Amino acid sequence: MPKDGGIGESTKRREDIRFLTGKGRYTDDINLRGQAFACFLRSEVANGRINSIDTSAAMSMPGVLTILTGDDFTGMGGNPAGWLINSRNGEPMKEPKRPVLAHGKVRHVGDAYAMVVAETYGQARDAAAAIEADITELPAVVDMAKALADSTNLVHDEIGTNQCFDWGWIEDNRAAVDEAFKNAPHVTTLELVNNRLIPNAMEPRASLADYDAGTGDYKLYTTSQNPHLHRLLIAAFVMGMPENKLTVIAPDVGGGFGSKIYHYGEEAAVLAAAKAINRPVKWVAERSESFLSDAHGRDHVTKIELATTKDGEFLALRTETLANVGAYLSNFSTATPTFLHGTLMAGPYKTPLVYVNVKTVFTNTAPVDAYRGAGRPEATFSIERVVDKCARELGIDQAEIRRKNLLTPDQFPYTTPVGLVYDTGNYQATMDKMTELADLAGFEKRRAASAKNGKLRGLGLSTWIEACGIAPSNLVGVLGARVGLFDAATVRVNATGNISVMTGAHSHGQGHETVFAQIVAEQLGIPASSVEIVHGDTSKIPFGMGSYGSRSLAVAGSAMTKAVDKIIAKGKKIAAHMLEASEQDIEFKDGSFSVAGTDKAKTFGEIAFSAYVPHNYPLETLEPGLEETAFYDPANFTYPAGAYACEVEVDPDTGKVEITAFTCADDFGNVMNPMIVDGQVHGGVGQGIGQALLESTSYDENGQLLTGSYMDYAMPRADDVPFYTVDHSCITPCTHNPLGVKGCGEAGAIGSPPAVINAVIDALQRGGHTHVKHIDMPASPARVWAAINNA
Amino acid sequence: MYNFDLIKPKTLADAVAAMGDGAQALSGGQTLLPTMKQRLADPGTLVSLTGIPELQGVCQGDGGIIIGGATPHAVVAKEALKYYPALAALAGQIGDPAVRNRGTIGGSIANNDPSACYPAAALGSGAIIQTNAREIAADDYFLGMFETALDDGEIVTAVKFPVPQVAAYIKFVQPASRFALVGVFVAKFADGVRVAITGASNNGVFRWSEAEAALSANFTPDAIAGLTLPADDMIADLHGSADYRAHLCGVMTKRAVIAAG
Repeated sequence: MPKDGGIGESTKRREDIRFLTGKGRYTDDINLRGQAFACFLRSEVANGRINSIDTSAAMSMPGVLTILTGDDFTGMGGNPAGWLINSRNGEPMKEPKRPVLAHGKVRHVGDAYAMVVAETYGQARDAAAAIEADITELPAVVDMAKALADSTNLVHDEIGTNQCFDWGWIEDNRAAVDEAFKNAPHVTTLELVNNRLIPNAMEPRASLADYDAGTGDYKLYTTSQNPHLHRLLIAAFVMGMPENKLTVIAPDVGGGFGSKIYHYGEEAAVLAAAKAINRPVKWVAERSESFLSDAHGRDHVTKIELATTKDGEFLALRTETLANVGAYLSNFSTATPTFLHGTLMAGPYKTPLVYVNVKTVFTNTAPVDAYRGAGRPEATFSIERVVDKCARELGIDQAEIRRKNLLTPDQFPYTTPVGLVYDTGNYQATMDKMTELADLAGFEKRRAASAKNGKLRGLGLSTWIEACGIAPSNLVGVLGARVGLFDAATVRVNATGNISVMTGAHSHGQGHETVFAQIVAEQLGIPASSVEIVHGDTSKIPFGMGSYGSRSLAVAGSAMTKAVDKIIAKGKKIAAHMLEASEQDIEFKDGSFSVAGTDKAKTFGEIAFSAYVPHNYPLETLEPGLEETAFYDPANFTYPAGAYACEVEVDPDTGKVEITAFTCADDFGNVMNPMIVDGQVHGGVGQGIGQALLESTSYDENGQLLTGSYMDYAMPRADDVPFYTVDHSCITPCTHNPLGVKGCGEAGAIGSPPAVINAVIDALQRGGHTHVKHIDMPASPARVWAAINNA
Repeated sequence: MYNFDLIKPKTLADAVAAMGDGAQALSGGQTLLPTMKQRLADPGTLVSLTGIPELQGVCQGDGGIIIGGATPHAVVAKEALKYYPALAALAGQIGDPAVRNRGTIGGSIANNDPSACYPAAALGSGAIIQTNAREIAADDYFLGMFETALDDGEIVTAVKFPVPQVAAYIKFVQPASRFALVGVFVAKFADGVRVAITGASNNGVFRWSEAEAALSANFTPDAIAGLTLPADDMIADLHGSADYRAHLCGVMTKRAVIAAG
């Protein structure tokens, strides 16, 4: 066990020192000699035909170096969707081209159709305002149901419809599910909205492009969660060059939550501009550009039905969802409402029959894609809301109905009716832990105390599961993924025994530099301070797929441990030579290679030194050096799960909801750094509370974003959230990865929204407002008050 | 932001002179500067009022306390506490620490944002707005959303607040901006009660005369139990309907009466 931070220690985050002292190095902190600045001209209308763009006046403005429009990119490829989804009838999804800059039409407010590059950003912005664009505004397609019915106003004329696909999962189960509903003793039906969210990473998107005219090499510094994926998309799909001509560097990145997975047109545009003017070109989004053009999240409208016995035993579940993809298909936009959503509709329950229908819809709004949780929050919200409503209808306690239907430990591995195999879990354990920590037994006493103060107290539960650690490449390939989802690590032992680990994962706030070092240190029995984590630069790291879907530890971490295994195996060979013993007799423990049963030993440092100064070394049979790379492709998803309890007080005079307690009992498998896991849960629950109570993305019927700034888009602040009770002591280790880990990054955002809304409904119901069966998120004071008073 | 010229006078007289050419007064800039950053304003010339000693500070004067027009909210929150606790509390709830240390009472009163806090205090206290040219009673000063009795180039030099027997301000915040969705300032003077409401009306801050009459007779929340405001002129937006705001006016008024004690 290393002395300064191995597995299981709450080692403080080493990266925080630079973040908290202003020494982080974000894209906008990087300045290249001679750099120019780009400003994008964005559509002010949601749907419009571009008749002409006159840049002549703008080109003559002070400092202007070049202006590019959609015409300049017609020779380039489109930014592709990463997953091909087929409709129920077997037809492939509609996949209109997503150009670098809008061409022919603008399709949402904020759609960039021209770029000005000038000596200063102010000059670029002045010139952008001088571009004369003749754009005919067309009727906007905003509402999903109307969009599907509309064959005249199309977001993409060339596909002849506003529907991207109509997906059934699993289509072969549909008849059996329908039959179960026909015969069911009780059916609970709920229509709900999963509100559209704007990611609001603290650091806005930014790109700095550099072009070397001597070699023809491009370099892009950008805000990416997955630099290799960015490189692949930009080089191979959009710009049409070999990947080896492009280096992508994602330095410190200030949050992503999914929004920085994707390739956006601005990145290719600044690369093209850098070549055109043979100077570096920088672009940093203004916050209002982030609101308008970052990929948004969620935006589902769902009808869910649950068939049960009179005793509340789940018989079948059926959903119909409209999922908004916005104006263009962002990279994961087709996977999010399907394989990250429909496959989770069994939840942690024994429900034998499940059928999911999802229609994805183009609208004249910003593209929608994966956002923290990605599909799984939508699934969990639908399930946990309908379960709660069912319990009320049947007069069953909300904890009891869940316990009655949760899978039991003896059922694992469990094949769900929606195509996943849960490897392990103990949902009763997390339920018990939550019950204890949240003091459910004492709720009635607390409710009575609240009532004395004129407040309505409510208790909401949710039990959640997710599939993360994405993903087995062969499985997702069958499901339509156009990429593999393995990850990779290179472990380089330097000559004096310190270590550089090059990982395909990317840290944009998660604390990888600390945790990954703990893991490698533990495995090698050396101090964590001897291990340096390198990430975010395609010229340094092996081809890995980056960080999203709570995959970094489960997938990239597993690759790292496999690479360390190889280091140890080679070290044994070197030690055997040096100790004049058989390789089979060498044991490695606590940083020392020894001959079994003797006191003959070499330290890890001695072996490393010998590998690089191979004077006494088996050069005939073994290469010098000590550096290994491993790729790891997971055998299955991982399945973290948990049970959450939320308590609220509602002020019936104002509709204001205050969260008084929030309890999380999670099973993340083995925990590497408890403090960081706590922080991940805190952040996720904070975002879930934001979705449940505060965040609302609103477009008017003309496609104008009404919540385009913090004046109207409500982000959760410190005083909106309670002090959390977080526990992850219930552990069923993942059965198929070397660390036994499952992933914790999205859990809070998945499990918390239904707990909050269930609590609000519970408060109103207990307070006598029994007509309130559901409130759509966010449950703002105005909405709650209206629900109470619209009897 | 468009380019602009900045004039930083040291005296009120110099500021008034500088305002002559259609310049824009700049106090704390908490509304003006974000507007300029978004290129929604292009004032050309700004005259800064924050470097003028005679516009700063809180002091006791005839019949009340006098707050210099360029006094930041944070200073009012601290220095008005011993004279007028309800006003100090209101100042201490505006925006966030950055806003409170830059934003000024004169800037707020001159802008007259329909959701700002200070207009409720000024109108609810029956304050006198002093300018470089004259004195204007609060009742004559607030003319509607972003409209005041100020002439072009006229500068708010101070606000004089009569100090009531008891008073309180209760703000129900808009969840995103945390401006007042409805804010009610209640002040009980020897000769009657004043109730001023911000955030709610399309016409900006207003007095609720029915509530004032009822509370003047009986300063308890029960006194206004049967009173309601019509929703007709109330703001309706993403954050609340007109009915909701009208309802909140009643709720917050009662809470202000309770808080005032």
